[in-house]
Amino acid sequence: MTKLRPQDLDKIAQKVKRTMLLREGEGRMRVIVHMGTCGIAAGARTIMKTLLDEIEANDVKDVLVAASSCAGLCSREPMITVEAPDQPPVKYVDLTPDKVKEMFSRHIMGGEIVTAYALAQGSERML
Amino acid sequence: MIYRTNAMICTCTNCISNGALQVKDALEKEIKKKHLEGDVKVVPTGASGLCVNGPILVVQPEGIFYQLLTVEVVPHVVEEHFLKGRPVKSLMYVPPGEEAPIPNIRDIPFFKNQRLIALRNRGLIDPDEIEEYIARDGYRALAKALTSMTPEEVIAEIKKSGLRGRGGAGFPTGLKWEFCRSSPETPKYIICNADEGDPGAFMDRSVLEADPHSVIEGMTIGAYAMGGTQGYIYVRVEYPLAIKRMKRAVEQARDYGLLGKDIFRRGFDFDVDVFEGAGAFVCGEETSLIASIEGRPPEPRMRPPFPAQSGLWGKPTNINNVETWANIAVIINWGAEWFSQIGTDTSKGTKVFSLAGNINNAGLVEVPMGITLREIVYDIGGGIPNGKKLKAVQTGGPSGGFIPSDLLDLSVDYDRLQEAGAIMGSGGMIVVDEETCMVDMAKYFLEFTTSESCGRCTACREGLQAMHQILTNICAGQGKDGDIELLNELAPAVEDGSMCALGRTAPNPVLTTLRYFKDEYEAHINERRCPAGVCEVLIAYSIDPEKCKGCMLCVKSCPQGAITGEKGQPQNIDQEQCIKCGACREVCKFEAVIVR
Ligand SMILES: Cc1cc2nc3c(=O)[nH]c(=O)nc-3n(C[C@H](O)[C@H](O)[C@H](O)COP(=O)(O)O)c2cc1C
Ligand code: FES
Repeated sequence: MTKLRPQDLDKIAQKVKRTMLLREGEGRMRVIVHMGTCGIAAGARTIMKTLLDEIEANDVKDVLVAASSCAGLCSREPMITVEAPDQPPVKYVDLTPDKVKEMFSRHIMGGEIVTAYALAQGSERML
Repeated sequence: MIYRTNAMICTCTNCISNGALQVKDALEKEIKKKHLEGDVKVVPTGASGLCVNGPILVVQPEGIFYQLLTVEVVPHVVEEHFLKGRPVKSLMYVPPGEEAPIPNIRDIPFFKNQRLIALRNRGLIDPDEIEEYIARDGYRALAKALTSMTPEEVIAEIKKSGLRGRGGAGFPTGLKWEFCRSSPETPKYIICNADEGDPGAFMDRSVLEADPHSVIEGMTIGAYAMGGTQGYIYVRVEYPLAIKRMKRAVEQARDYGLLGKDIFRRGFDFDVDVFEGAGAFVCGEETSLIASIEGRPPEPRMRPPFPAQSGLWGKPTNINNVETWANIAVIINWGAEWFSQIGTDTSKGTKVFSLAGNINNAGLVEVPMGITLREIVYDIGGGIPNGKKLKAVQTGGPSGGFIPSDLLDLSVDYDRLQEAGAIMGSGGMIVVDEETCMVDMAKYFLEFTTSESCGRCTACREGLQAMHQILTNICAGQGKDGDIELLNELAPAVEDGSMCALGRTAPNPVLTTLRYFKDEYEAHINERRCPAGVCEVLIAYSIDPEKCKGCMLCVKSCPQGAITGEKGQPQNIDQEQCIKCGACREVCKFEAVIVR
């Protein structure tokens, strides 16, 4: 392997940090995918995958992704909840990969709630 | 590739012996089975700290803490938590005496009250992947030192930080480096002392297992500052996992050119070898450790000359403890000023302790200097099991001493501990409850030092033996008038007549128990009584007629048939036949069996 220069540390760190970034548990937002049996049946796994792809493609470092159980509204799955500090959580329902992509760029990147897909604002606790 | 969930499983020696590797395999298999391998990554880490409760799994980013895992529960965890996002309560930590589990690692008092510097990467990186270390600011301090600091500036920074050796004596590290740097001879050697001989201690092992690169980086910075070209990491042979991880780390560092010739292309050469040590306690003493690397019998020699003048193969040598080395990169990265804000006037930074004995949360803790013993025992350690009372805390291993419970607000700092008769030592901390006999404890430690003495100094060899014999007699009910005085006379004689710190500190456990628990010695000698009910010859079992309900459980449990009495009436123990096995006390539901 070639000898490292000081600036190479950053490159290695960048590369690995992407794998590690979700370990430290600090983030500006949290996206929860509801993965109950109903959610999974309705395609929650694809939603999760799309979300992770978007995070990677946009090189986002401060958004956490978590799975949670059924939100009690099985008929509107797949569903996700977006949580940001000082803001009531937002629930998006009847999602498809395209809707997730749009929500991602407008809400997560742009901070604008996509009311067309949002069900309501209300909390879903992790524990 | 990013993952939504990182399953950080502790693979330290303790957890592995409790089956962590089997759990890890099962996790990986189950994750595949549920097609979650693109979402969830299993990461082996080192030293979670709460070692009694291993195997331990921390699920990030939520920080859910699972303990006492088994292969059988793995499918449930994967299904419920990883797939459906419902953390499994039954596997979470429950604080002693409470019922509700604490899900989040950041809320568990054991973790919350610690401050991690030497163990900064524990549980967060895979120790076998150098890239993960680099991603957490690894080798950045080395780059900083090599590109923007002179060796003198590095030494000045370490001096200013107030860092003192974590291996026992607490000597100022920067000063030691300066001595070595100003020695004219070359080559110079840099050694990491990972002998860790204190019985029951595993601080250094866990640093090597969880974060081997932090030691390599510290040593390389030290080598740059002192002009060293070759390093040795002396690891005791009883630590196979630490040796394996360390060797792998050295190879990875060489691959990246972080060890070897022309590091960071700055014209600086340094390499490190891992040396497997002989294993005797005295090997940890620096001059005998050097003898051992040279292939001679590991015996201490007279100092001066100090290793900084004449060490390995007669050349200037600097030797520091594992934990000392693990602090260096942080000091260079964050600055001496930041570091010296943590701790007390004379003791800066943090200290790692292995907490053991009669304590609920036995394990590995890193705390800021200046914390009180009370905070360690009750807040972090979760107090004493079974509602018993605390009697004393022993620090410093066989060279250390006992601190009684009424000094529990003592601040943990090199000088306060020394004033109390104990030492900081390398970080052993043993908590003992009211049912511990202090004479017996002193005897235990002396037994250890007597058998580990290399025997070169008469005072150490004969003196410790004589002291041990006196303690044995006292515990066997043969103590005499004048024994206490004799112990008090022998102790300074052993201290003065010994060349190395083994002999010079070995009387400490006796001296501190004499100082704080003299009444227990007196009870043994004058009244032939062991107040804690431990020394077999000196105790008698009897039954409290007030409490005894005559259920006769004890009668059935007694292997000697020494207990007699009518049903429904208080029972009686025949002292002639009783062998003091304690079986009756175990079974009695009414606490009617008294030990005196
Ligand atoms: C009997 C004896 C055993 C010792 N064992 C160790 C040990 O296991 N690990 C250690 O780091 N230092 C041990 N020391 C202290 C070393 O001699 C030396 O002071 C220390 O490694 C220096 O490193 P530091 O300044 O970073 O603490 C021992 C000393 C004596 C007298
Ligand atoms: S034999 Fe020299 S100090 Fe023990």
